[in-house]
Amino acid sequence: MTAVLDSKIQVEGEARGRVLKLAKPISFWGGVDPVTGRISDPRHPNHQAELKGRVLVLPGMIGSSSSSYIMLELMAKRLAPAALVVAEPDAILGLGVVVAREMNYGSIPVLVVPREQQAALADGAEVTIGRDGTIRVA
Amino acid sequence: MPVRLTDEERAIAAGSDAAAMSMRILAEMGAMLGAERLIRVTSSHIDGGLYHGDSGVHFAERLVGEGARVAIPSTMNVGGLDLITPATVKADPHRHEMALRLMKAYEAMGCWPTWTCSPYQAGHRPKFGEQVAWGESNAVAFCNSVLGARTNRYGDFLDICCAIVARAPDYGLHRAEKRRATILVDTSALSHALKASDVFYPVLGAWYGAEIGNAIGVIEGLPPFTSEDQLKALGAAAASSGAVGLFHVAGVTPEAPTAAAALGNQPPEKTIRLDAAMLRTARDRLSTVKGERIDAVALGSPHFSLEEFEALEDLIDGRHVKLPFFVCTGRHVVAELERRRRLKPLQQAGVTVVADTCVVVAPILPSRSGVLMTNSGKFAHYTPANTGYEVVYGSLADCVKSAIEGRVSRDEGLWS
Repeated sequence: MTAVLDSKIQVEGEARGRVLKLAKPISFWGGVDPVTGRISDPRHPNHQAELKGRVLVLPGMIGSSSSSYIMLELMAKRLAPAALVVAEPDAILGLGVVVAREMNYGSIPVLVVPREQQAALADGAEVTIGRDGTIRVA
Repeated sequence: MPVRLTDEERAIAAGSDAAAMSMRILAEMGAMLGAERLIRVTSSHIDGGLYHGDSGVHFAERLVGEGARVAIPSTMNVGGLDLITPATVKADPHRHEMALRLMKAYEAMGCWPTWTCSPYQAGHRPKFGEQVAWGESNAVAFCNSVLGARTNRYGDFLDICCAIVARAPDYGLHRAEKRRATILVDTSALSHALKASDVFYPVLGAWYGAEIGNAIGVIEGLPPFTSEDQLKALGAAAASSGAVGLFHVAGVTPEAPTAAAALGNQPPEKTIRLDAAMLRTARDRLSTVKGERIDAVALGSPHFSLEEFEALEDLIDGRHVKLPFFVCTGRHVVAELERRRRLKPLQQAGVTVVADTCVVVAPILPSRSGVLMTNSGKFAHYTPANTGYEVVYGSLADCVKSAIEGRVSRDEGLWS
């Protein structure tokens, strides 16, 4: 069964990958190791999960405004997620992606899907993201 | 919806220099955040000077190479090195070189080399109602809440772009209607003794951030004499555990002469009656281990003020701390300690004063694991992931006593 979910586009783009659904909000700074690209906060339920190539679904954002730097660093080192799905418009991670494009490090889609609609995106599900912001769940 | 730029702004964006790139990034972020226009800002605090990888150095050096200059007073948040006492930070040669290049790039753009996360205690204090663009979560929370100036939580890179073109996207906390509290936190069930103690404020902040996230609350029932350092600790902890950019304290912070005023004379969407058990849970979450083992103490997140140093000196009272004992602060405070001939006695008592940076952002702690004790909610939050250390939270007095005795000693009286 294929489900199709609409989103609000923050950064346009196409992507394909497996969902990594975070069980709790995270601060990328202090929560994601920019050297390994893994979740490094031992108190986070997804500790050690690798972000690279995943469609990262975030229930919310917390903490440091340096998270945009970590996002840029992940983009520069090709350790970034394939796409970001955030619960509400966020000035921090999307900024890392916008700056990455200015620096010619590439780009990834950033989409807003409200938290109550994120249930359709199960952890591990294969999804395809279209340029129009649709998310297809295989 | 694209942001409507003025003719002047469009002309800047069409160029090929650093101001053009800054304006493009601002316009794109504005569109992403639903801003209809850019507004003028008059001050900036910049968080991008701390090394987290080579990409940020390349970004800053590209701005410098394209002729970037900040157009408004801009202070720098901490860097990755202690430029006053370089041996404090044990960075490998690559990291050292890149961290230094990054700091120098921001200086080359005309930013003030303050290197502190407490710029508001180093003389950078925008006025009530002033539109500004600040980065670093604790500085943002303080600037909005305690000074009543208006900023969003600007991420690394956007802060410098705002400073270069003296503009910011018009959204969120820049707008009066977005600053109204919707949640009322009633603290009347808590004891006066607890509310009078410094150890309460980081715990309140940690609870508040985790509970309220990015909503805006007004806290009612705190003493009218709540100090600036207590509000600083509250905001820093709240901004670590939640995306808190603004909080109100009834009768204390400038947009909350009363709780009703902070709520815009509307009923709260939610009222939370905070009790001692909820706070104890929040306090316990700040520690990752129990027991008596302690290997080091770290204070000063946000950077220690002169008043906090005075409290520390009183507690040490001529004794000597047994364990590595770090106090992180700004060079503005180090200069003042030296001028008053108080730096040497602190060092002789076993205290390492760290300037320009801090123990959770730079390799300063003696090893890669152990148990660190702190009185800072922010250090407690970030220590495990950033340093490999376990953490124990306690009051300033607990930290000093534990460092002198060489084992964790906490006064549980206030929490029972």
